[in-house]
Amino acid sequence: MEKLHAVGQSAVRVDGKEKVSGAALFTDDLEFGPDLLYAEIVEGPHAHAMITKIDTSEAEKVPGVLCVVTGRDFPYNFGLYMKDRFIFAQDRVRFFGEQIAAVVARSPAAAKKAARLVRVSYKPLPKILNPLDAIEGDASLIHPGLKSYEHVPWFFPQPDTNIAHHRKIRKGDVEKGFAEADHVLDDTYEVPRYAHCAIEYHAAVAKYDHSGRLTVWASSQSPHTQRNLFANALAPMGIRHNDVRVIAPHVGGGFGSKAGVTMEILAAAIATRVKGHPVKVMWNREREFYNTYQRLGVVARLRLGVKKDGRITALHHELYWDAGAYVEYGANVVNAVGLSAIGPYRVENASIDSYCIYTNLPPGGPYRGFGYSEFLFGLESHMERIARHLGIDPVEIRRRNAIKAGDLTAYGAKMNPSGLMQAIDAVAKEIRWDEPVLPGNDEEAVGKGFSLFWKAPAMPPNTSSSCFLKFNEDASINILVSGMDIGQGFLTVMAQIASEVLTVPLSKIRTENPDTDRNPYEWQTVASHVTWGCGNAVKLAAQDARNQVLDLVSRTQNLPKDTLYLAEGSVRCVTKPSFRMALEDFVIHGIQMPDGTFRGGPIMGRGVFMPEYATTKADPETSQGGHPNVHYTVGAAAAIVAVDKKTGKVKVRKIVEAVDCGKAINPDLVRGQITGGILQGISTVLYEEMKFDHRGKMLNPNFTDYKIPTSLDLPDEVVPIIIEVAEPDGPYGARGMGEHTMIPVAPMIANAIDDALGLRIKTMPITAEKICLALLKKNEVR
Amino acid sequence: MKKISFTLNGERRQVHVSPNEILLEVLRYKMGVKSPKSGCDSGDCGACTVILDGKAVRSCLIFAVEVDGQEILTLEGLSADGLSPLQQALLEKNAFQCGYCAPGMILSAHELLSNKPHPTEGEIKEAISGNLCRCTGYQPIIDAIKSLTQKR
Repeated sequence: MEKLHAVGQSAVRVDGKEKVSGAALFTDDLEFGPDLLYAEIVEGPHAHAMITKIDTSEAEKVPGVLCVVTGRDFPYNFGLYMKDRFIFAQDRVRFFGEQIAAVVARSPAAAKKAARLVRVSYKPLPKILNPLDAIEGDASLIHPGLKSYEHVPWFFPQPDTNIAHHRKIRKGDVEKGFAEADHVLDDTYEVPRYAHCAIEYHAAVAKYDHSGRLTVWASSQSPHTQRNLFANALAPMGIRHNDVRVIAPHVGGGFGSKAGVTMEILAAAIATRVKGHPVKVMWNREREFYNTYQRLGVVARLRLGVKKDGRITALHHELYWDAGAYVEYGANVVNAVGLSAIGPYRVENASIDSYCIYTNLPPGGPYRGFGYSEFLFGLESHMERIARHLGIDPVEIRRRNAIKAGDLTAYGAKMNPSGLMQAIDAVAKEIRWDEPVLPGNDEEAVGKGFSLFWKAPAMPPNTSSSCFLKFNEDASINILVSGMDIGQGFLTVMAQIASEVLTVPLSKIRTENPDTDRNPYEWQTVASHVTWGCGNAVKLAAQDARNQVLDLVSRTQNLPKDTLYLAEGSVRCVTKPSFRMALEDFVIHGIQMPDGTFRGGPIMGRGVFMPEYATTKADPETSQGGHPNVHYTVGAAAAIVAVDKKTGKVKVRKIVEAVDCGKAINPDLVRGQITGGILQGISTVLYEEMKFDHRGKMLNPNFTDYKIPTSLDLPDEVVPIIIEVAEPDGPYGARGMGEHTMIPVAPMIANAIDDALGLRIKTMPITAEKICLALLKKNEVR
Repeated sequence: MKKISFTLNGERRQVHVSPNEILLEVLRYKMGVKSPKSGCDSGDCGACTVILDGKAVRSCLIFAVEVDGQEILTLEGLSADGLSPLQQALLEKNAFQCGYCAPGMILSAHELLSNKPHPTEGEIKEAISGNLCRCTGYQPIIDAIKSLTQKR
């Protein structure tokens, strides 16, 4: 194996100095001058209602107000995978707090004052706040126009119902599989909605200038997808893709919330009504909760059959997703889970029904884990219960069923190479699975829990990444890519890959957040795919640049190209050890020939990556025959918890998590993802809970009432473990792992609590209150 | 409108504010100091933390008129002569991810270390417990601060 000098090093982040010095600029930190306008959004106070009248006359009279815009100004629908969404509500509102109008004014205060004066009349409609109610025969339709919406070919909406998509898996013979089982466990698990809680709000500023140029500055995971969706939605106004420019500064946390298009399109659309002025749309903490994407809730019915030795004979998984009022992005969460809800197991007989169901709650959408945390809560709870029932060690039952390279996935394609077994062994060893854990005192009960995890990027089959790489006079490098550093360390990892190929030190490589006019195409920074996808593009661009360098030196120095190589920023020759040409001597100005003329010119590399083997073409009744997922990243994790028997409060003593990232380009950043993902996972299982009232209004949209962990809520110990079984088409073998780290946390904590108390809790979150009440009930029964 | 004057990052500054203007907004939108961030506007998240007369405070909960005659330090001021040992340690340990909480977090830790150069891990956790971070799981930040206290 080649010796690597940059890849595999725990380099300091390339954006680190900006971030610790206060220099890093986020969207709301940018200056737009004294002509900046402010838009305030008018929201609907109904979960489901027809809009009968909008009166903006009083609002327009407020001094400083330039205009009021409503849905009538923008009768356009848009969406990433299904065009079911509107810039402003059209004839009806479908969730509490939906945007109906916007007031544009010279100051935020004038805009806010006027927004309160917009009078809207409604005719309430029956609202549906639960996915199971939405599929009752007499349920009112949330989207009567469903059958007319454009959507990707791999969605299957059911017209005249509230089911926007149904992903079906039929593999093997499930009836036969259950008949052969020695033990079948049937149960239902519920996982509610969650909020991303990035600390930075969504923010967007847009300017539609007098030449017809639309520039949008946004806190974004998806600058090119935003450009595409803005241009498509606003095409009736004559706006084309090359008129639209999206500039994405630093992002103060994403976790999926800033993927696709949500509130940013308001700024883009409003700007077209105040031509020549920049206009800012800022969300606040409340709107972060109720008017961006939320993680979808799910009710999962699971039936699993096993032989006496624990081997799985059949699985049936029915998932009813609370996808919210608009599912243009969330339906793909449902789809991804439909394809993968066998978990990281070898399951020959499987049926899966994953239903995307409209409800009158805020739009569900991408959230770190993309549905896998949700279905694995049930599946990994189930595995542990079955193991205990059969008297098999919970780790052993997973070893016996773990999927291996070449096994068939739920849709019939072959599983990629993975270090799942190594991960299981490493975690079991580090957590000392075979040794008993002891309570610290009489008040607490202690237990251990285990969980596997897997996840594939959920992407269209033609998802692509690209890179331009250019040298400067001193052989320093600018890498132009359009992936976003949302904290995961993307920019650093791209620089490390280029450094590896071109032997230029990291200190001489600059990678920054993109501008769609200048930087080449990237689909989105989602799906944990950019290290793999964009990493490939950067590697190809660096190799392209290297090739140009070696070509130039070869033809000017009369040396065979295959004897030339790069080392420490110079071209060297294997047959002439004394030969050395430093890159800075020619990468811009070229190489001078004996007659005084020059050869060469600026060296610029180009790289494009698209996984050309992916396809979503498959039988819709079985999902067999396609290759929708490029690969799965897998891992294992275990936890030791101590539960206070009086209060139900859970203390996490230790968590061990091993993830197979193929190759850790920067091990420190991989460990950072594990540490952070674990706490986010702990938070969903132990603390966070959205409360909605009977009107569908969220009651706790703030950090006082919706708790996320502080530095006082940490596990006593977290041990991250890196497994490296190379991905065949990954850069240096790398595959993504950012989302994965939070996926196993909820089931393994549930399993540990069961181990400690003999209590199986099947609905998240597992709060102290819930444990305490369950303990009281259990003791009463005794 | 009232004219107030205070020391901001070592420089005497004057600004006109109305009585209901929040310090965070005045710093960001009237005085061009962008490192204090808004993350909740209700004192929950700590992203707006600044040092006021030596104490870490939430600038979203303070009216600008209250700071008349006082002294404010933000991350811009702390960085003016290069990175402090605290900032250097956080940088080297890759302690932050998205970096949005960093200005507030660093100032809370700065206050702690100014008063107590050798805090325990418990004291470090307590000192930054008002600064929410959604990315890191806090441990890398705590470890970086701890490494510094051991170095001394």
